[in-house]
Amino acid sequence: MKTLQKIYTFLIFFILYIPIVVLVLFSFNSSGNTGSMTGLSLYWYRELFATPSTFTALKNTLILALSASVISTLLGTAAAVGIGKFKNKAVRGAVLSVTNVPMMNPDIVTGISMMLLFVLVGSLIGLKEKLGFWTILIAHITFCLPYVILSVRPRVLGLNRSLSEAAMDLGCTPVSAFFRVELPAIMPGIVSGFIMAFTLSLDDFVISYFTTGNDFQTLPLLIYSMTKKEVTPDIYALSTLMIAAVLILLILSNVAESKGKNKENETSAKAAERIG
Amino acid sequence: MKKLIELKNVSKAFDGEVVLDNLNLDIYDQQFITLLGPSGCGKTTTLRLVGGFETPDSGDIYFDGQRINDVPSYKRQINTVFQKYALFPHLNVFENVAFSLRLQKKGIAEIAPRVKEMLELVALKGFERKNVNFLSGGQQQRVAIARALISHPKVLLLDEPLGALDLKLRKDMQNELKKIQKQTGITFIYVTHDQEEALSMSDVVVVMADGRIQQIGAPTDIYNEPKNAFVADFIGESNIVDGVMEEDLKVTFSGHTFTCVDKGFAPKEQVDVVVRPEDVDVVSVEQGMLTGVVTSVTFKGVHYEIIVDIGGFKWMIQSTDFVGVDEKIGLYIEPDAIHIMKKSEYSGKYGDYSSFSDELDELSDASAVEE
Amino acid sequence: MKQKRTLSGKIVAYPHVLWSVLFIMLPLLFVLYFAFTTPDGAFTFDNIIALGNHKATFALSVSLSLLATVFCFLLGYPLAYFMAQASPKKQKLLMTLLMLPMWTNLLIRTYSMMALMDDAGLINSLLSALHLNTIRMIGTKGAVVFGMAYDFFPYMVLPLYTTISKIDKSVLEAASDLGASPAGVMTKVVLPLSSSGIISGVTMVFVPSISTFYISQKLGGGTFDLLGDAIERQFQNVNTYNVGAAISLVMMILVLLSLWVMNRFTDSDEGGTQA
Repeated sequence: MKTLQKIYTFLIFFILYIPIVVLVLFSFNSSGNTGSMTGLSLYWYRELFATPSTFTALKNTLILALSASVISTLLGTAAAVGIGKFKNKAVRGAVLSVTNVPMMNPDIVTGISMMLLFVLVGSLIGLKEKLGFWTILIAHITFCLPYVILSVRPRVLGLNRSLSEAAMDLGCTPVSAFFRVELPAIMPGIVSGFIMAFTLSLDDFVISYFTTGNDFQTLPLLIYSMTKKEVTPDIYALSTLMIAAVLILLILSNVAESKGKNKENETSAKAAERIG
Repeated sequence: MKKLIELKNVSKAFDGEVVLDNLNLDIYDQQFITLLGPSGCGKTTTLRLVGGFETPDSGDIYFDGQRINDVPSYKRQINTVFQKYALFPHLNVFENVAFSLRLQKKGIAEIAPRVKEMLELVALKGFERKNVNFLSGGQQQRVAIARALISHPKVLLLDEPLGALDLKLRKDMQNELKKIQKQTGITFIYVTHDQEEALSMSDVVVVMADGRIQQIGAPTDIYNEPKNAFVADFIGESNIVDGVMEEDLKVTFSGHTFTCVDKGFAPKEQVDVVVRPEDVDVVSVEQGMLTGVVTSVTFKGVHYEIIVDIGGFKWMIQSTDFVGVDEKIGLYIEPDAIHIMKKSEYSGKYGDYSSFSDELDELSDASAVEE
Repeated sequence: MKQKRTLSGKIVAYPHVLWSVLFIMLPLLFVLYFAFTTPDGAFTFDNIIALGNHKATFALSVSLSLLATVFCFLLGYPLAYFMAQASPKKQKLLMTLLMLPMWTNLLIRTYSMMALMDDAGLINSLLSALHLNTIRMIGTKGAVVFGMAYDFFPYMVLPLYTTISKIDKSVLEAASDLGASPAGVMTKVVLPLSSSGIISGVTMVFVPSISTFYISQKLGGGTFDLLGDAIERQFQNVNTYNVGAAISLVMMILVLLSLWVMNRFTDSDEGGTQA
């Protein structure tokens, strides 16, 4: 890269990171002042951990993300496999377009539309608390589905037809051919779809905001309610911890990926050796 | 003929690895010159230096007497046909071919007939509105040639342009390229690793290996008078054996002293001797200058390819007469079939057929194409 | 045998089809229903007519989010281009650096901006330490545009980078070889070949910008309304659900329509590129 390009790139990333660095820095501030550092301390972290709602929110977030991603991965993978079997092109196109709607629509529209459904159905069957864990779970599964299908479907489309035919030729039933041959082949797509669903659910605020009840609060919702009051650095502390978690996840996934790549290179090198 | 391009003491390294080592090359106007060599020999780098996509680490490049080291590619009157064509995927055939004229802000009244003329030249009449992404390899190739020729460059660079085509199409395109070159009078600098292609198309062949030029000459000279073991082996099939020059016109190898047509070597000088497989006659043991045992025979259509063990060294011989495996035969070699070369760094590395197989040869060719 | 297999294959998609009908289509029908009814359930056009009161909100939302989108594009395109030209190792590092803010929660990112721009925030503290006048940033439209651009910037760069890095280097060399100056290569080849990345980058910044309510609440200081704020407020009270639904409906149509138009545009422009 030329010098000018380097400077430009550096500047952009610098600006991109200033707020985050400031936030992390001020989480260690000894006073409640958000304008200047008065000294280093872990006061705000202690404060944060002293509040039970933090842990409840963390637990809720993880439970929700895990169940939403597992269910959406199951539903989405089955759909990705099944959609291609629709003979009618128009039907296939319609199903895919409807699936993609939550991805294209502004989150707020997805959120309020589901809220309307839940509230209306809830009052029809006479529920007192219409919104809660089950409604937010349904909402999360719904907006995760298109992403799962998006990452699994290309793998399904890329499947070599003769793969399952070969398996059946060798004595597999269609079902066991799927589990023994096709499923392993589309596995990478399923895994990345699952990870995407998990992080999306973890991160979502807008749709959760409209579809959850008072008794089920997630971390993003907790942050929102905290920021409604005046600015206090315990939110900085919570944010710093979340950023650290993301950073660790990113590093881990990078390491795993490069390891996987090495393995791939190795096997391809071995294959080349064998041919040579 | 006028000297058009001159490379003087040009060197180039990538990441510390020397790719071109003090290269000197003159290219004349209207020549069809081919850079020939195995992958990694520096031929493509040479081409990219001329095209302006790389700058030399040291040395100079002259075009029409002007030093052009620092002239960017878009200011050079040199156009390129890229290895994988590099057509613009967002433009149709017409716009691809018209690209350089559009840049010159030429009006459509001038562009349209010139594009038409170019497409006729490359036999793609009526393809103007076609999407380039849906053309066959050969058709994309033709578009790339038309696109490069339309602005009337002085020089056309072609980087393994036929590498991705099948054999039949390759032969057709070879003839066509030669025809286009004759018709337009543009200097062609052609890069290939295919020796047959190089010999059949070029006015001048430059054989390269390890970043250096091994030999420059007309195709027949390169074939008949290879300068060293590398050239002899790379161009066609050769038996290369150690020999001793007894005196002018007398050489000893494989335990027999032969009459030859070469002279000018020191007495008792160690030399490499080249004998082409087709120049060896199979005779009876009694009549043979050399005798050996046949280890394998392969039918090749026009001739048999016979591997003969002569004192532990495997020779390849092409003969129309059948001989049986394990048969003892005599070999007869005419004086003008013997070519003497000075010893070089490549001596002893090539020309022995003890581990020869067609398959291996093809495999190494295939890997060269991929480079 | 074959018949049986296709039948069983189709069945596995049915749960998803049912799910989509129940939780994607049905909710949208409810939006439609609410937009055209009174709180008592009677059919009416009043909600749509009432949108006239929100004209200014629509105009402001569209203009601020367009501004943020343009801002992101102008700053993001060069960055994406430079990134695509860096060495593979550097590209990986820069990608990770770009992803980290993307994976950080939107609320946190917005909140960190607030820490900087607050009246008692870092920038103003620095200014007063230097005996300069403090600037009021929170509550200005500039702060909101900057917040949108800052929050969604990575979403612009990522698709741009992906498409630019996929452009065959030899195509760029070919353009230069045929006489295109660096600027010519950029406008005649790189830009048109990255149009699909531009479209998705623009979408990924514009759509969340136009529908946000958090950014305008925090950085706008509640001094003016954007579409998201309007919708959010109408849904605080059961009686105004209908107006909220009407605003949402119009916004959704606006967004989906512009998406459709943009997709059409790329389709016709480089339909063959996929081959």
